[in-house]
Amino acid sequence: MTNLFSLLSGLLALLLSSFIAASDEYDVQQVTTGIYYHQGSHEEPSASNFGAIANVGFIIGERCVAVIDSGGSYLEGSYLLQELRKITSLPVCYVINTHVHPDHIFGNAAFKADNPVYVGHEKLPAAIASRESFFSKTFKETLGQAYTGTEFIAPSLTVSIGSPVSLDLGNRALTLTAYSTSHTDHDLTVLDEKSQTLWTGDLLFMSRIPVMDGSINGWIKTMQELQAMQLNFVVPGHGNAGSTEWQQGLQKQLRYFSGLRDEIRLIIADLGSIEQASKQVGLDEKGNWELFDDYHRRNITASFVQLEWE
Amino acid sequence: MFKPLLKLLLISLSFTFFSLSAQAATPSEPLWPTLKVAYFGDREIREDANDLLVIEAPKRAEDAAIVPISVTSLVPQTADKYITNIHIVIDNNPEPYSANFSLSPKLGLIDISTRMRVDQYTFVRAIAEMNDGSLHMVSRFVKASGGCSAPAGKDAAAALARLGKMQIRMRKPSVGEPVQAQVIVSHPNYNGLQFDQKSRLYIDAHYVKKINIRYNNQELINVDTGISVSEDPSIRFTFTPMEAGTLTAEVTDSKNQQFSHQKEI
Repeated sequence: MTNLFSLLSGLLALLLSSFIAASDEYDVQQVTTGIYYHQGSHEEPSASNFGAIANVGFIIGERCVAVIDSGGSYLEGSYLLQELRKITSLPVCYVINTHVHPDHIFGNAAFKADNPVYVGHEKLPAAIASRESFFSKTFKETLGQAYTGTEFIAPSLTVSIGSPVSLDLGNRALTLTAYSTSHTDHDLTVLDEKSQTLWTGDLLFMSRIPVMDGSINGWIKTMQELQAMQLNFVVPGHGNAGSTEWQQGLQKQLRYFSGLRDEIRLIIADLGSIEQASKQVGLDEKGNWELFDDYHRRNITASFVQLEWE
Repeated sequence: MFKPLLKLLLISLSFTFFSLSAQAATPSEPLWPTLKVAYFGDREIREDANDLLVIEAPKRAEDAAIVPISVTSLVPQTADKYITNIHIVIDNNPEPYSANFSLSPKLGLIDISTRMRVDQYTFVRAIAEMNDGSLHMVSRFVKASGGCSAPAGKDAAAALARLGKMQIRMRKPSVGEPVQAQVIVSHPNYNGLQFDQKSRLYIDAHYVKKINIRYNNQELINVDTGISVSEDPSIRFTFTPMEAGTLTAEVTDSKNQQFSHQKEI
């Protein structure tokens, strides 16, 4: 009995310390005045990182706050809200999701108390509906306790391709732009007009290997468009936010996908298979990216089946 | 003092049990005994038939929507002894019975591959049925893909826009020499989980049911397929043309739409 008690107390201490430590360690950094983000870790989502692997954050206006991507779990969403409350007491009026992936939308429910308007690309509702059962089944297991409370909240305000939407946070205008199929078929960027800061969502990965879940040709085209933009700050979907690094990051990501596309096109022209492409393509990029082994072959597979139809 | 502590202990215990039961939700209970009876009744299946067949699949599904699977036979097809069918079963998919390849003895060696959706950790099985009725199985375990991968398609609009477009891809063959060919048809292969933006309803399952491949009007391969097959179904196979002629692929989907494509050799 004594043994059981000490075992249980030990277990309890371990559990409590892990939860307390997690919330203590969770932080946000200022990008520029009124713009904050939490930088996700370059890991696979897990119970121990509670899905906090993407960049999430908020922009503060004079009237209210817009959250841009809400976290990889309900737990992360609640930590982000805690950090937000340390900085401002203004209400959260918008929760903007840049796309459907779990690390960007699973925290949505944590902001419900302020009754915000949820905003996304016009194709985001369909993307959520198509993935909800698969994501909920898989991520309940992956995230464990952190998943509890997670809800799939579709946007009530949507942005159409070719028709950017302007939101006002009180003397602070945001311009939301919807893209044709790139990283996904429903990518959305947020531009803070005041500081000329662009939140790219996963149109830009820095350090972490980019994952293609849309169209390789479409994404390459979008990257070229982004390159031409004059911006003061960029918050990528993953990796460092800042004023200078992003140009190089974009260049590196463009080089990765262009190289992939060139090599896969050659293999397809030579009637090669996906398996063959997976073994040969892009291996010289290995040292350039975090989590290369986890996602590179996936990028080849997904690109291959698209490039077959050129 | 003691009461709150006890309460915390109970909470911590329930957390522990929760995480244990969450892990148990990963399909660990073997489905195969039930599936075997459902698909093959009481027929005997020889397991680990590695002397006859090789199945290849990635150890980890890189992309849940596209998992290449190939099956080759180690024994040539002869008029006396040949594989009539290869059945593909993916234990933990929503519809485990995934494809039935009916194969002609004229194919020579069996060398077929296709692309499947794999939802979660699962065994992928190929069961060869011989002309004497015997069944022989090989299998591979495939780990689920991680991260954001989902079996739903990436660009539904693009897939639908190309619906029915077909390709037969192959090198210029020589008469009497084995040649590898690939038949692909563009089709969204909706499995009933995709959502339509405009109607706000789930799209009914709409998928390729049959791919029939003939050479000079003699059937080489007929594949009955289901919702496990990836968007834009692809079949690769090897055959030996014994004379000049026409390779024809005919595709029928679940709405009885038909598409066909030919290649002169």
